[in-house]
Amino acid sequence: MTTTANTVAPTASTREVVGKALVELGKRHSNLVVLGGDLNKSTYANMFGKEFPDRFFDFGPAEQNIVNVAAGMASSGKVAVVSTFSVFGTGRPYDQLRVGVAQPNLNVKLFLTHSGIVTGEDGVSAQSIEDVAIISALPTFKVIVPADGPEAEQAAAAAVETPGPFFVRLSRSATPVVHKPEFRFRLGVAEEMRQGKDVAIIACGIMVDAALKAAAKLAEGGVHCRVLNMATVKPLDEQAVLKAAQETGAIVTAEEHLLDGGLGSMVASLLARKRPTPVECVGLTGYAESGAPQLLLEKYHLTPNDIATAVQRAVGRKKG
Amino acid sequence: MTVTIQELEATAKKLRRQIVTMVAAGGSGHPGGSLSATDILTALYFRVMRHRPAEPAWPDRDRFVLSKAHACPVLYAALASSGYFPEEELMTFRKINSRLQGHAHIKTPGVEMSGGSLGQGLSFGLGTALAARLDRRPTHTYVLLGDGECDEGQVWEAAMAAKHHGVDNLTAIVDRNGIQNDRFTWQVMNLEPLADKWRAFGWHVVKANGHDMGQVVDALEQAVRTKGQPSVIIAETVKGKGVSFMENNPDFHGKAPNKQELEQALKELA
Repeated sequence: MTTTANTVAPTASTREVVGKALVELGKRHSNLVVLGGDLNKSTYANMFGKEFPDRFFDFGPAEQNIVNVAAGMASSGKVAVVSTFSVFGTGRPYDQLRVGVAQPNLNVKLFLTHSGIVTGEDGVSAQSIEDVAIISALPTFKVIVPADGPEAEQAAAAAVETPGPFFVRLSRSATPVVHKPEFRFRLGVAEEMRQGKDVAIIACGIMVDAALKAAAKLAEGGVHCRVLNMATVKPLDEQAVLKAAQETGAIVTAEEHLLDGGLGSMVASLLARKRPTPVECVGLTGYAESGAPQLLLEKYHLTPNDIATAVQRAVGRKKG
Repeated sequence: MTVTIQELEATAKKLRRQIVTMVAAGGSGHPGGSLSATDILTALYFRVMRHRPAEPAWPDRDRFVLSKAHACPVLYAALASSGYFPEEELMTFRKINSRLQGHAHIKTPGVEMSGGSLGQGLSFGLGTALAARLDRRPTHTYVLLGDGECDEGQVWEAAMAAKHHGVDNLTAIVDRNGIQNDRFTWQVMNLEPLADKWRAFGWHVVKANGHDMGQVVDALEQAVRTKGQPSVIIAETVKGKGVSFMENNPDFHGKAPNKQELEQALKELA
């Protein structure tokens, strides 16, 4: 990968970063095509369309058609990026993703924006909080939830340059950058962002920043958290999870997604099977509502404070 | 040298024998919609399409997409007779460890699309048609749809998009046999006026008797010649064509013949 990480503004939405990244990827890969569904301003896919009009296709909000057209193009040698909102690109064409993309293992990449509850004021229909669960249920798909712009940029490149189906989950709102300029994304490998021996916080997406803030605060009180950025939610870096469980003895997960079928479920399932360890999960347990993103995060318990509380519970459950 | 209509008719009869034999051996499957489409696939694989059975991934090949993927027995018979895999393999249909799945899947040499959920094939075919246009390849894509399949909304999403994006290297063929899973199509969901629907979506419509080999070949050639818009052939067919007790009988949409029925069927298709 030749993408450089330090071109991203200190705070930028991951959707905007990937919109720009697609243009660069389009220059490097002449077989890259982008398929949109009448949301190309919001997803920034129109930037690719302006640069490469012959390789950009708008199909209107007809996501079932979009997914199978992408599959047909992929079967003819294209790397087909589907660009729309996460709620429309996962649930609506689920059958098309299952039979048309996952089963034949085609080179279709879902770059889906406006995920999670931070989509905010548009309300529950627009808040894609089940997307990781439903796409992770498709065996051949890889799922990446980037923590910030630099990671989103490199994850997009990895998805384009690695064969097979991918889902890259992107946010609408600006995301604080948690990575240093020299950061290099590694597909399928958890990134240790902070060392610690008392408990490990395993987070993805916008919750990585929250986890780092929680860890900094807890350190003041003498609780030292390891923070793992699990950007590749699927396939899960099982070794990193098991190592963290072994070395810290307690795990906290944090995701801006439903607990059912998300990162917390996957980590807890792994630990139950291979190394029973106290686990506390921070995430959503049901649908939210319209509201400003920050207020939603507070009301639905997705803040650094909520992670810190979960850490204290997990530490309290440790043996001896 | 062009294959004659008489030779194509003989090939179709052989494929029909293979269809009833493999479905009987498999113990389940969809003979009715395979027999209704047999003449169409025969014309495509043995006369109209440019393809190389020894090189299934040849980039310039024409594409055949079986959107009604339950009718895979006719596709497997056509592929085997073309030389994509040995004809003996047809007897492994639907059995464990076979490459011949219960619904078409790309693990079978020559199968372009994994299917089994209706309504997806025309979109896929639009994808291969657009890719061919981008790459300036001579590829033409043919998509076979069931008439009951046209109940799926996605078919019309694809129909609208194909015209909007101006493809003319795409031909849909509707196997208009009048029967879907449970009952006759007019009872389940009235499709008429079907030709007008396609015309309203901007397609060039060709009507043909789907069992008159000359008409089928002419319709396909006319569709390929049509420029500036996609074409659809509405092929009037008979479900179960060629086997008297299967013809126009909804029971044989998804049921295998028993031993006596197979004997009778093979006698009629001799």
